[in-house]
Amino acid sequence: MTNSSVTADVIVVGGGLVGAAVAYGLARQKARVLVLDEGDQAFRASRGNFGLVWVQGKGYGMAPYARWTVGSARAWPQLAEDLLQATGVDVQLRQPGGYAFCFTADELTARRDRLQSIQNDLGGSNEDYPFEILDAADLRARVPHIGPEVVGGSFTPMDGHVNPLKLLRALHTALGQRGVSVVPESPVQQIARAGDVFTLKAGAKYYQAPRIVLAAGLGNRELAEQVGLYAPVQPNRGQVLIGERAGHFLDFPTLNVRQTDEGTIQLGDSMEEVGFDDTTTTDVLAAIAKRGVRSFPVLAGLKLVRAWGALRVMSPDGFPIYQQSEAFPGAFITTCHSGVTLAAHHALTIAPWVLGGRKPAEIGAFEGARFLNPNYKFNHAH
Amino acid sequence: MKTETVDVAVIGAGPAGLSAAATAARCGANVVLLDEQAGPGGQIYRAITDTDALRLQILGPDYAVGQKLADDLITSGARHEKGVSVWEVTRDRSVHGLKDGQVRSWQARHVVLATGAMERPFPIPGWTLPGVMTAGAAQILLKSAQVVPAGGLVLAGCGPLLYLLAWQYLRAGVKISAIVDTTDRADHRRALAHAGGALRGWRMLAKGLKLMLAIRRAGVPFYTGASELAIEGSGQAEALKFNVGKHTHRISTSLVLLHQGVVPNTQFSWSLRAGHQWDDAQLCWSPKTDEWGALDVPGVLVAGDGGGIGGALAAASQGRLAGLSVACELGLIDEKERDRLAAPVRGDLAEQLAVRPFLDALYRPKMRVPHDDVVVCRCEEVTAGQIRSHVALGCSGPNQAKSFGRCGMGPCQGRLCGLTVTEVIAQARGVPPEEVGYYRIRPPIKPITLGELAGEAT
Amino acid sequence: MPTDTLFQALPGAAPVATVQIFFNDRPLKVAAGTNLAAALMLHGVQHFRSSPVSGVPRAPYCMMGVCFECLVEIDGVPSRQSCLATVRDGMRVKAQDGLRSFDSGEVHVEGEVRHEN
Repeated sequence: MTNSSVTADVIVVGGGLVGAAVAYGLARQKARVLVLDEGDQAFRASRGNFGLVWVQGKGYGMAPYARWTVGSARAWPQLAEDLLQATGVDVQLRQPGGYAFCFTADELTARRDRLQSIQNDLGGSNEDYPFEILDAADLRARVPHIGPEVVGGSFTPMDGHVNPLKLLRALHTALGQRGVSVVPESPVQQIARAGDVFTLKAGAKYYQAPRIVLAAGLGNRELAEQVGLYAPVQPNRGQVLIGERAGHFLDFPTLNVRQTDEGTIQLGDSMEEVGFDDTTTTDVLAAIAKRGVRSFPVLAGLKLVRAWGALRVMSPDGFPIYQQSEAFPGAFITTCHSGVTLAAHHALTIAPWVLGGRKPAEIGAFEGARFLNPNYKFNHAH
Repeated sequence: MKTETVDVAVIGAGPAGLSAAATAARCGANVVLLDEQAGPGGQIYRAITDTDALRLQILGPDYAVGQKLADDLITSGARHEKGVSVWEVTRDRSVHGLKDGQVRSWQARHVVLATGAMERPFPIPGWTLPGVMTAGAAQILLKSAQVVPAGGLVLAGCGPLLYLLAWQYLRAGVKISAIVDTTDRADHRRALAHAGGALRGWRMLAKGLKLMLAIRRAGVPFYTGASELAIEGSGQAEALKFNVGKHTHRISTSLVLLHQGVVPNTQFSWSLRAGHQWDDAQLCWSPKTDEWGALDVPGVLVAGDGGGIGGALAAASQGRLAGLSVACELGLIDEKERDRLAAPVRGDLAEQLAVRPFLDALYRPKMRVPHDDVVVCRCEEVTAGQIRSHVALGCSGPNQAKSFGRCGMGPCQGRLCGLTVTEVIAQARGVPPEEVGYYRIRPPIKPITLGELAGEAT
Repeated sequence: MPTDTLFQALPGAAPVATVQIFFNDRPLKVAAGTNLAAALMLHGVQHFRSSPVSGVPRAPYCMMGVCFECLVEIDGVPSRQSCLATVRDGMRVKAQDGLRSFDSGEVHVEGEVRHEN
């Protein structure tokens, strides 16, 4: 090696919510960790998400994902408490349960079928996967100000929300406290291996470690190939509207509207396949606004102060990709589009696995290799 | 909701917008001029069509120039839509605005951004207190509402507007407690290097000298080489503290008017993801344009201070050039005709910009990178120290700093903190501002309600 | 009651027709067609709103629509930039203290919210 190289036990590529959570988990296990992050203008899915810690509806037709999600939501309070104790940052986790609203009878039926199917997959009882389907009257009693066009909705007590930016800051603060180096402006271009050691090239610098975790979001697609992994992730755009701070309005997170801990009201979102384009578009924002007003007519006067688009890291079936490379043992990939909900698992379950610990039960279902199997049937990403 | 198709949409009815719209319209283009105010003039010629003899006399001859531009627009055939708050301009030149709670939209073949300048942020202790405003704000009060300070006031900072306002107040009979100028000897030395340009703009300099003499003759206490400015007060401004050399001064006052130059208002150009560069002479970002004002976004041009500070007369010239360019693109005049008409305008523009390097060097703003405990983001009350701590956590630019600390997330969308944040981070990282970058700016550029936006949905 | 106001009408200005507006239910006589923020400051108003972050008082800073410090409630509609508004006879203006409430379906304002960064 000609340039300076740095040694660590694990190098994590990517300092977003997935990378930072994994790095935090590794540091908790006393590993020496180095995080390589991109620059200020990077796509950064972490900065654009909605902040939901969401369970309901996920893993339809893929029981391991439903289980994985339920498990992470259950482990979330521990992550929140750990971060509060360690850094003093309260990430504002609230898990009061959450709602999804339906505007037609067909939508409501489809919702019921979906949740029932997941419950069946997980054992069939309300203990395994509690949910309720509510008609308009019940819904109105529980969520005031629901508009007359809402015909009903679904509720599960497992859902919640968190402040995703405080989460990111808490994770980074915790990393700093544990002596984890987060190197900015360092996009990884090349990964090579000699013997047991991986060498990563970022700009003019080289970094070495026996284990690496690829948590580079959309960048994982290209990096995966360099270590014998397959991660065909594509960008999927979601647009979000932020309204001004308001007095207390909404106790529960809902799929498309939530009130943040800071009092701002957040509305989303869309799923668009538009390539690497994270700009906002008037038509989609208007559609989000319309849905918001149909859900809560009283919000028509809410002043909108910000809008953004962010690119989700979407696999073809919408489910995560977790895998250790067979050709390059020690190289792991972690990619998903629910970096908030799954943060607890990333820190508390994935990180120990990376260090050679127990392989989590559901992980086998998430190997990237599944997309190379011509017999693998799936619905295109939800 | 209907969309109106036009040849040219001009955003902003200051000198650049007025002349761009009039020029294009006179060549035969279908032009709409959009501005959020009730009358034309932007800020520099604010309320020009509403004014009276007393104000014209106090404000001086440069203000009256705006009347001709306003008249010219009316006779040109361009349509001026007043009270329109434009909240989005897209890369395919769809313009969205709000008027009286109704959404309006236009599809333009060309867009001219003429949103002008705004006061540079002045982050010093106490700058968010009631009783503290910009000099520009005070001048607007005079122009548009015939309102002036009642008693003593302190003007602080540097730059021609500070002295112009002082002169206008003296003419109006307003008592000024002090002028606290941050310009020092080093600035004079630096400015001398641009003396040639200064001489070309000698008319403007002569005006400036006349102003200064009048101010001195009036006996207004004048401090120069001031540093470490700080406003004291609880709940409202009570005093201005500052140093000159080894001495600390404290002037009791309930009204402090701050000014250290103006900077381009770049919200629209950033939101269009146009290329920008850091201008080290003017210490701000300006969009990259060609000699007609065209951005690297097809069909979109910039004219006036929004493309780089040049002053009102230069803005009008640039507006003309943009108008001619657009008329040519539309096939209304050919290139030869365009260039023939543009030639004298380019001559004027060169004259009008000649003095700029001298002024930029002489009136270099000093209060730009504050101490830790000073509020940088007024909307979210984020201090310089908090931003520095986020840099220490690994934030290499304003967007990461925004997500860690909320700076830039308030209603002003970074207009009053953006430049400061760029420079604070640059200094903390030890890199030039160009490398640090600026906030990601997205619509709504002006606030719109959920119901109003929903009205745009089909 | 305005005691020592910071501003005055331009000495020598011709008298103009007036209209009546209300600020926090207090009647004010202001020049017809004048700028709202200017009219309020002329009448000694220094507290236009309180910051939703810490509750401190704020007043207009830029007078041109870029700083958003001059936000007030006009005729029941909150978060309006008073520096861009023109007075109307009978206009009811309120300082924007605390947060907009959507809870009751009417517009009223609650107490402040404090939050640390």
